[in-house]
Amino acid sequence: MARAVWGTLLRLTLCTGAVCTTAFLYHDYCVIGAGPSGLQIAYFLQQAGRDYVVFERSHAPGSFFTLYPRHRKLISINKQYTGKSNSEFNLRHDWNSLLSHDHRLLFRHYSHDFFPDADTMVRYLEDFASLLKLQVQYNTAIVHVTLDRDQQAWNGHYFILMDQNRQNYKCSSLLVATGTWVPNVVNFPGSEYVEGYETVSINPEDFAGQTVLILGRGNSAFETAENILGVTNFIHMVSRSRVRLSWATHYVGDLRAINNGLLDTYQLKSLDGLLEGDLEDLAIVKDKKGKLHITLRFYLENRNTSAGIDSITLPQDELDNFATRAPYDRVIRCLGWKFDFSIYNRSLRLMPGKGNKKKYPQIKPSYESRGTRGLFVLGTASHSVDFRKSAGGFIHGFRYTTRAVHHLLENRHHSVPWPSTVYPITQLTNSIIKRVNEASGLYQMFSVLADIILLRENATAFEYLEEYPVGVLAELEAQTGRKAPSGLFVIIMEYGRNFSGADKDVFYYNRAVGEAQHAWQSNFLHPVIYYYKCLPTEQEMRLRPPNWSLPRPDAIHHIVEDFLTDWTAPNAHILPLRRFLENCLGTDLRNFFAESCFLFAFTRQKLPPFCQQGYVRMQGLVGSKRLQRHAVDAGLLEDYTGADLTGDRLLGSPEGSQDQLLRDHAMPVPPLQHLVNAKDEL
Amino acid sequence: MPVTDTTVSAQMDRWICSFSFLLFCAASLLMLGNANLLQELDPQEYFSSLQAGRASLAYFSHNVPPSAQPFLEQIENSVEALQDYGISVVKVNCPKEDVSRYCGKENALRKAYLFRGNILIREFPTDALFDVNSIVANVLFALLFNEVKYVETLADLQNIENSLKGRSNMVFAYVPATGTAEHRAVMEAAFVYGTAHQFVLTTEATLMKDTGNGEPDVSSAQLFFCHCQQAMDLAQPCRRTPMEQALTMLNIHRHLKLMGAPLVTEVAEDPEKVSTVHLQLGLPLVFILSQKETYEADRRTAEFVAWQLLGKAGVALLSRDVVDLNVLLQSNVALKTPDEGVPIKYLVLEDTDEVITLVKDKSKFEQIQEDEDEEDEDEKENDNQDIQDDQVVEAVSRDRKRELPLEQILTLTEETFHSAMLEAARMVVLFYASWEAVSLAVLRSYVEVASHLKGTQGVLLSQVNCWDWPGVCTKENITQFPTIKIYEKGGRSLTYNGMLGTEELASFIILSQVSCPLKLATIDEAEGYLRGELPSELSSYHHSSVLGVFSKATSVAREAFVEAGNILSGHVTLGMYFEDDSLALSHKYAVSPPALLLARSRDQSVEGIPLSKQSAQDIVQLIRYELLDVFPEITVQNLPHYLQLRKPLLIMFSDGDIGQMESKEMLKLAKGRPQQAFVTCWLNLKNTPVGYGVLKAYFATVPSLPVLVWVNLHTGGQVFKFPPDQSVTEMNILSWLEKLKAGLEIPISTLSEEDWKPPLPAYNFLQMMETTVPEFTLHTSYSRRDTQEQQQPESSEEKATVREEQLEESRVEAEKGQTPGRDLRGTAPRLAGREKRHSEL
Repeated sequence: MARAVWGTLLRLTLCTGAVCTTAFLYHDYCVIGAGPSGLQIAYFLQQAGRDYVVFERSHAPGSFFTLYPRHRKLISINKQYTGKSNSEFNLRHDWNSLLSHDHRLLFRHYSHDFFPDADTMVRYLEDFASLLKLQVQYNTAIVHVTLDRDQQAWNGHYFILMDQNRQNYKCSSLLVATGTWVPNVVNFPGSEYVEGYETVSINPEDFAGQTVLILGRGNSAFETAENILGVTNFIHMVSRSRVRLSWATHYVGDLRAINNGLLDTYQLKSLDGLLEGDLEDLAIVKDKKGKLHITLRFYLENRNTSAGIDSITLPQDELDNFATRAPYDRVIRCLGWKFDFSIYNRSLRLMPGKGNKKKYPQIKPSYESRGTRGLFVLGTASHSVDFRKSAGGFIHGFRYTTRAVHHLLENRHHSVPWPSTVYPITQLTNSIIKRVNEASGLYQMFSVLADIILLRENATAFEYLEEYPVGVLAELEAQTGRKAPSGLFVIIMEYGRNFSGADKDVFYYNRAVGEAQHAWQSNFLHPVIYYYKCLPTEQEMRLRPPNWSLPRPDAIHHIVEDFLTDWTAPNAHILPLRRFLENCLGTDLRNFFAESCFLFAFTRQKLPPFCQQGYVRMQGLVGSKRLQRHAVDAGLLEDYTGADLTGDRLLGSPEGSQDQLLRDHAMPVPPLQHLVNAKDEL
Repeated sequence: MPVTDTTVSAQMDRWICSFSFLLFCAASLLMLGNANLLQELDPQEYFSSLQAGRASLAYFSHNVPPSAQPFLEQIENSVEALQDYGISVVKVNCPKEDVSRYCGKENALRKAYLFRGNILIREFPTDALFDVNSIVANVLFALLFNEVKYVETLADLQNIENSLKGRSNMVFAYVPATGTAEHRAVMEAAFVYGTAHQFVLTTEATLMKDTGNGEPDVSSAQLFFCHCQQAMDLAQPCRRTPMEQALTMLNIHRHLKLMGAPLVTEVAEDPEKVSTVHLQLGLPLVFILSQKETYEADRRTAEFVAWQLLGKAGVALLSRDVVDLNVLLQSNVALKTPDEGVPIKYLVLEDTDEVITLVKDKSKFEQIQEDEDEEDEDEKENDNQDIQDDQVVEAVSRDRKRELPLEQILTLTEETFHSAMLEAARMVVLFYASWEAVSLAVLRSYVEVASHLKGTQGVLLSQVNCWDWPGVCTKENITQFPTIKIYEKGGRSLTYNGMLGTEELASFIILSQVSCPLKLATIDEAEGYLRGELPSELSSYHHSSVLGVFSKATSVAREAFVEAGNILSGHVTLGMYFEDDSLALSHKYAVSPPALLLARSRDQSVEGIPLSKQSAQDIVQLIRYELLDVFPEITVQNLPHYLQLRKPLLIMFSDGDIGQMESKEMLKLAKGRPQQAFVTCWLNLKNTPVGYGVLKAYFATVPSLPVLVWVNLHTGGQVFKFPPDQSVTEMNILSWLEKLKAGLEIPISTLSEEDWKPPLPAYNFLQMMETTVPEFTLHTSYSRRDTQEQQQPESSEEKATVREEQLEESRVEAEKGQTPGRDLRGTAPRLAGREKRHSEL
């Protein structure tokens, strides 16, 4: 607060002079937009005690949600019950909450609806900003952003922001969290007859007995159709590409099942229909009765349009079964949104992406602009990193990428290295199992955020970093302030390659793998661990195969997909993982009872890590009598209490007691265990 | 007309009889020393000797022309073979002037004539009879004209097949040419079995191709048994069982014998006693284990398997309800080999394919035996990959069904954690993860601690499952599972860092109740403390007491001592005395403050140790060191303390307490040189039976006890044995040690220096991926990448379609795999597919 007061004083002082525009309000961090991602980064900046401000053009946060979605139903799930109390795990199924330490700010406290109302989101965001006392400056629309070169600045320049009142703000780092809000518009002859999603009526009664054409094939188009499906004559839907169903693509931005009623009525021949065609070729002409006819731009270009509707060739004149020959009462445009590029000065070189990413600004996998150092794009606008792949364009994804950006900034500007925990090597398997079972960021931002394990020398200890953007793996040491001297593991979640996709049959028989030895063919989301003897170089990252998040590792492990996404099975999940880690490190990661360690201490010059780090430090695992008996029964521990004195087994050598016993133990795993993994076809 | 085995064997007997008869005749006829059985007769004798129904092969000659010489040799050689079939071979010597039908013509002399009785059946040009095989084959072929149908076209074959359906089985043979050994074998078989089965012969390669078993190898002869007798459908060809062995008389005989055996034998007796035609013929017998409930399905399975294995193994259906088998309930298949003395193997198989490959794939069959008898290292390793070899994980998972008595332990949650900390003076919390094996092992000991400490005032035991409540665990800074912490009401907490065992933990919880160090107010209290007068609840856990004595002025040392007390809290009992008369107290034990007074529980003496170093860590080290016994009994629990000294061990292994004499001498040795470079100790095998494991490692077998051993655990790992013929005295030991140092003794064993390598390999997914995703697994592909990038849209699309095709193929295959009857559905118990992808439930 003190700083704000000082800032106000500064402005007053400066504004007493003749030229007010030269007066700057300075902050280390300026955030544009108080939507979910703007508030999320504000939270992290606030927690870290940084000097920041959030500019919001509206009088309250989340202004996008006050309007959109028009039909008010959010399609992000709000799961009340998971059967688990693990708060981190539960975030995997809470797509609306932002990250904070405050348990009150969980979305399930705001709505009981599985698909909540958008107004609830607005209320939630208001509470988030106020309960956490975030520094948001409302009613401030940033209209222009320029650079001010300065060698002293963090990034070699300051960002100069100007608001609607020509007030200037000076910032060292600019965090753009404006989302994508500019409606996509297509221009074609007759496009003036088209209504926009932004303004179209949401009252179904207004569509009673009408014939409607919808342009677009995204969730907003289907949401609009869903709303009026019951009262229209019929609805046709046109777009360039085929419909992509999110359950087939595993991409939440594709058409969600909740909105797909029109697919039903189309395929059941209940008059509604879907068409593919390039909207650029389209033309609409209005007849005297006010009906809208579809024709092609091609016809209009060859005719004199001024002669009126009768002189215009309609496709059905030549092709009398032309699909959209029936006239429409209304045409609605639902083509989505794009990023507002208009406020950035050319010098910022904030360029649109290429191809289907042109609605997003170009950024690096570290979320920093390709054109300007120090400018980070957050939230929906940062979706170019994982467009049509992961969840980075949505709250349940970007809340984690925003945290990652915050960690990067902390390291870069404040010398606070990426948070990490150091563990002894005996905890290696455990730490991975813990994370893959509960981590929500890894799960939601699959193939984008990765946990990194940096091995210490001699592999006696390791350092665990959570949710690092895998695209900048090569820059890990610089970006995190941590060192990777002796190799590293990268833990990410992946869907099976070629399993999901727009036209794939994702319900085919035997789609799930149950056996650990075939885990690499797993199709559903499952953990994958990459091992590198040294950090991949930037060149290796650049030359990685298309559609792969990482270059070729020195070894790779897949934990077999699981119907319950519970990867804690000792034999199917943990054992193969342990073998993988053991073989990467060249050591034995088994646990041993104190008695075994005792025997090893007397008979071997070296001890396995578990004994070395436990027993020898007087922290051995004694184990109850009953457990020891089980181990003896399993042939994994020898019972000497009734030791026969003529025993002929030579102990102590690696092929000695333990392994010899193992051999006797080679009783196959009861095959019924495989049922444990049976899924899908249940 | 059904033909039984008896008629066949009767026929066999018949020709064996005639053979013996002929032998007799030959022996009686040929007394001229000519060893061969070729009769030489003149035409008159010959024609008069012909008997009705008897076949004979005759060769007429004047003077044998030189060109016919090899032929004659072959004829002579085949005499014996033909006589087996009751065919006599005669060389007819034509008189010079004879111009009769057979002797007269010049070219007649180039031929051999086959007669049955006096009827000429066939005349053979001599070049068709080039060897014994061709002679026997052609002769039998001619004689069995009616029994063996020769076909040239597919239509002929089908006609015969159709006419046989429902009546009789057919043996269909293809030979690339007549007169071959295979042809002979077929004809010989036809001679014996011709009345039982319809024999059909062809030499037409095209016919083989037409009947089409894929692309048959027409260069070699083949024989099929066609099961036409059971065939009803005229439109379908009869089911065929090819003979896979070479066409020899013996193999054909064997094959036909097997075809004649019942498809599935029902067995209701001890399988060890069962014997079938298959076992007698040296083939394995597969038992499908059945139960009443699943009998129908099992029968179908057995029949399906039997058809697959026809000619390779027998199949029997064994009812478990009738026979009491002492085998696993899961076993559904048993395999009996023809070898004597090999016990029946009971197996758990998932799929009929496995049964079939088990038998068909002979190498695999043998490999199973090898596995059982002598293990093959490599195979073994890979087989064991998915078998748990972690003793803790396995022990815990074997115990997972037992419900733990957790009544004494509070289960805390994120919500209740903080309020619970106020409930007791001391709250012990076990932080664990419910999926983690070591945690669960410790939880079991923790339950025992809880029952030990039941009723102890001021102490509550509780647990937090960090898998359920990660928030509280993070907040409490729990980075390892399991972690045990003791929270005091005042807010102080203490992390347990001792052995994870019941006694050790219980002792820690009790001892840590008392403040450490305990401030003693009067000299009497201090003296009492040294005598072991402690708060009563501690008495059962108490071992040795340490009293720090300080003068009022030495505050630095005192503070360090207090700090050391915090570190050692729970492990040792520390007292502290710093009243005015502390000087008097310490002087009593010949030290001056700051000093430690050590009262060992073993002997009642009190030892005074001056405190020269004054950092807390040094004091901790000193106390730990001083508390070590001079001549300790080594146990699993205390070994780590002595290992930390990093000295060689002079250790006596004893079955029970060591003798007084040895004990005295050893103690003398230990005490005599306090700064000794080794630890003198002993091990009671009764208390620490794992010591037997140590001895076995050193001596291969357990030596006579007690045994005194010098072992250098830390450098070199050499193990020496004190000569058993010397008595254990201080002097003897010392001189032995001198010899050791001088290198005059030979170690009995050296400890392995080997590193702890991964026990087994991991799945090599990178290698497995190579075939399907080469773009990923190729190491460096910089140049390739560039070109790829240019054509990327096309190539990636191509790849996608290729992959989809592969996917489609595998899908088709998967569906094929689900044809009914192919899995062991119905056999008890029903098992999930072990295939890569699990099948529909």
